[in-house]
Amino acid sequence: MLRIRRFEEACAQLYTQTKIRGFLHLYIGEEAVAVGVLEGLLPEDAVVATYREHGHALIRGVPATAIMAEMYGKATGCSGGRGGSMHLFHAPTRFYGGNAIVAGGLPIAVGLALADAMQGRSVVTACFFGEGAVAEGEFHECMNLAALWHLPVLFCCENNLYAMGTALARSESETNLAVKAAAYEVPAWTVDGMDVLAVEEAARRAIDAVRNGGGPHFLELRTYRFRAHSMFDPERYRAKDEVEEWRHRDPLEVLWAVLESEGIADEAERDRAEEAAAAEVAEAVAFAEAAPWEPVETLERFVYSDESSVHDVLASSPLGPGGRRR
Amino acid sequence: MTVTYREALRDALRDALVRDPRVFLMGEDVGRYGGCFAVSMGLYEEFGPERVRDTPLSESAFVGAGIGAALGGLRPIVEVMTVNFSLLALDQILNNAATLLHMSGGQLNVPLVIRMTTGGGRQLAAQHSHSLEGWYAHIPGLRAVAPATLEDARGMLWTALEDPDPVLLFEHGGLYNLEGELAPDAGPVDIDRAAVRRAGTDLTVITYGGMLPKVMAAAEQLAGERISAEVVDLRTLRPLDDATFVGSVTRTHRALVVDEGWRSVGMSAEIAARVTEGAFYDLDAPVERLCTTEVPLPHPKHLEDAAIPQVDDVVAAARALVQGGPGDG
Repeated sequence: MLRIRRFEEACAQLYTQTKIRGFLHLYIGEEAVAVGVLEGLLPEDAVVATYREHGHALIRGVPATAIMAEMYGKATGCSGGRGGSMHLFHAPTRFYGGNAIVAGGLPIAVGLALADAMQGRSVVTACFFGEGAVAEGEFHECMNLAALWHLPVLFCCENNLYAMGTALARSESETNLAVKAAAYEVPAWTVDGMDVLAVEEAARRAIDAVRNGGGPHFLELRTYRFRAHSMFDPERYRAKDEVEEWRHRDPLEVLWAVLESEGIADEAERDRAEEAAAAEVAEAVAFAEAAPWEPVETLERFVYSDESSVHDVLASSPLGPGGRRR
Repeated sequence: MTVTYREALRDALRDALVRDPRVFLMGEDVGRYGGCFAVSMGLYEEFGPERVRDTPLSESAFVGAGIGAALGGLRPIVEVMTVNFSLLALDQILNNAATLLHMSGGQLNVPLVIRMTTGGGRQLAAQHSHSLEGWYAHIPGLRAVAPATLEDARGMLWTALEDPDPVLLFEHGGLYNLEGELAPDAGPVDIDRAAVRRAGTDLTVITYGGMLPKVMAAAEQLAGERISAEVVDLRTLRPLDDATFVGSVTRTHRALVVDEGWRSVGMSAEIAARVTEGAFYDLDAPVERLCTTEVPLPHPKHLEDAAIPQVDDVVAAARALVQGGPGDG
């Protein structure tokens, strides 16, 4: 959690320095969700996330250097610099986005799970999305399809109470989201998303059930983002008091209180964790700063796979690639 | 061997399911019902409900699931009943299938085939009859192909399945009963190149899909009037093989584009532009276009027929182009 927090604080700062451009959606305040769920996954499992996914990528094992370079748009970023903050991908850790359409990742998660089921693999696909996605038709189509086909997906709804700037009660007739999933015969729980231990316990139980053939499961993780929706958001839609109130439930402090009261960790240990996080962030920033830009000559790469013969047709056109005049 | 376009497509599907255990078919009514257009009739019984998979009427979810399944190592063939319905899955097709390879810096390719019908002529009215394949041909990252012959109906699917990137296969609804000879050993066909279906010297007619049989009939009629029409079947709408059709126009010096899509901002506009860019100094006349009248397609037969280009329209347009062209005589 601390790694995510410090990494993203650095991102915010780099954004104001215009080192990072485009949209930047910070996860600060929601760290317990990604950490608690991903803790229970195995390397062969798949993860599908949204545009607020830096923390998920980091915990999943995508190197901080590659994530930061991606934020910068550098060639050595985890998506070759072409995705940016909203489109982190990392095939080696089965990290499939990075989807900037709020419910866009759900069908992909269903398909990944279908592929695992059809190939007899005991693999779980964890799909993260915000509560804004619940208002999209794709959410309902996917709950139905996953339940109908009994697919191994763990749907993790990160309910931070605001779909961009619209409060849940202003966008949903039924604000109990677990009820919606349950309507599709998907076992569903609501969990305190500010308590990493509670998330971890609920997620582990759900992941075990999914892995053991229990079909799709749904977790509504009640959380809160301490920052605005994106760096462009003037945040006029929620009261400062409300944000302050939730800040008292900071997942880092909630966990720290437990660790301290149980005698598991002391201040020195916390300092060491801070130092390690700071070092990781510093290394990531240095890596991104030094990383090369992709040359403009390779702009048209990765539109089609290299082995595709589409390239030959485009190249042989009298008008040049893409019909452009040479 | 005499077969129909529908049977050729079915043989292609069966062949794909037999050859590669990673291949499966999913879509609305593809299984127990036998396919909305009876293309997959019998495959459910032959391959079972896992590999010939009926879906709910949830285009976005099952097309997106096809993308996920492709990422997960399978080779899905997704059937969407008509191009009109594919719009419900447009987000998945455009924002994911077409872009994942690029956004991921080359890590995630999507070997997915999406089949759908397109086109009018069957009195199905405005929500089942449109020719929107040109929209998909606009999108980098996709490949769009349109089989207009039995050979292509039989052979394009297999080549499409070998493509590491998403391929959209547009079957014209009016061609399903097209009947003719097909070699028993007909196999995969090239999906990169356009084909000259008839050689000619006076003009080039550039077309694809459901318009091809009409254009061929028109060319036959024109031959009786001593007008020699060369017919180019695009076959692939993206990437456009302009080497073939521009090359043809440099020989015939006149071009007529016949497209069942609408004229404005459509396939015909793109083709006409490319002919002009690539063969301007070889042209004896401006490029002509014959397209569907710009109305949502009406239900009554006489109005639908009037809206969609017919054989006589092609003949008249070709005649006017050849006889009225500034380069003539």
